[in-house]
Amino acid sequence: MTDGTYITLFIAVSSLATFATRVVPFVFLHRHTGHPLIRHLGRYLPAAVMALLATVFLKQSANWSYSLPGLDALVAGLIVTGVHLWRRNALLSIAAGTGAYMLFQQTNPGL
Amino acid sequence: MNKIVFRLTLPILFGYLPLGMAFGVLFTTQLDYAWWIAPLMGVVIYAGAGQILAVSLLAADAGLTEVAIAMFVLNARHLFYGLSLLGQFSGAGWRKAYLIFGLTDETYSLLTSRPRGTDRHHEQQVDFRITAFNQAYWIAGCASGALLGEMIAFNSTGIEFALVALFIVLTIEQLKALGDAFPVWTGALAAGIAMLVVPPAHQLMAGIAIVTLVLLFHYRRHRNRIVREEISHD
Repeated sequence: MTDGTYITLFIAVSSLATFATRVVPFVFLHRHTGHPLIRHLGRYLPAAVMALLATVFLKQSANWSYSLPGLDALVAGLIVTGVHLWRRNALLSIAAGTGAYMLFQQTNPGL
Repeated sequence: MNKIVFRLTLPILFGYLPLGMAFGVLFTTQLDYAWWIAPLMGVVIYAGAGQILAVSLLAADAGLTEVAIAMFVLNARHLFYGLSLLGQFSGAGWRKAYLIFGLTDETYSLLTSRPRGTDRHHEQQVDFRITAFNQAYWIAGCASGALLGEMIAFNSTGIEFALVALFIVLTIEQLKALGDAFPVWTGALAAGIAMLVVPPAHQLMAGIAIVTLVLLFHYRRHRNRIVREEISHD
């Protein structure tokens, strides 16, 4: 597969998958809006998926060769959490954590 | 009408421009594709967290099946948005398809919270403009970020952490809205198990499977209580 074919298919697949999540309730879930299983998943699934994604990608971004393995991701993750609990401004929290992580990666402190 | 819509969507402009720019910068600094693909994704995909996740999937040359599942599950919360808008969008004609396509988190919260008059047709036209304005802000952000990332030479090593940071922020927001830590622990533990048992390339899919199974099991175990609570709430 060439790069052009791959990116075209990638965008097509991503668009369809995203649109599917938005159109499904209008097409057939409307008959089941009151079903307790749908309500149960609607209540818990989004938070569980976000926590899953945060954990998987946090672990993948960690440098495990520090003497305290994963220190870079741990510190940056704690900064995001702390700043967000403090100011509750999404962009500020993301910028602060990403800045700290970039500092770790680019200065490569001998930890 | 445009003046009113602009005023209503102003807070979203301030949110979408910088987040779109973050995606654009990430796109051009992490990947070798042409810069205009970033705004193109804003036109046809139009999902904040989804597009930022797409950057890391593209960087990893992920298989298309994995892309489809990851995108669907990441945006699965939208499955539950439509339910509350079924009545509001009905009879919107050709506008309805675009209203559904453009149902992002921010548009959803604006459409469900803004004051509405009694003229249903007029209100649907306002909904349509709100959706279009919001998407225009997003595309402008994606384009300017992509160009910025391409023109300005800076050391972007480590900028990919923005994705992790975004997911942490969204988890905290979910936790605050829900007031119940059970799903957050479920997600984090599922990730932990997946990371211990399967190789990195399949951890996301394994984690999604575990989360779904746990929630189904939890529903089965507590079905009677859940149904009782539903009835007492209604």
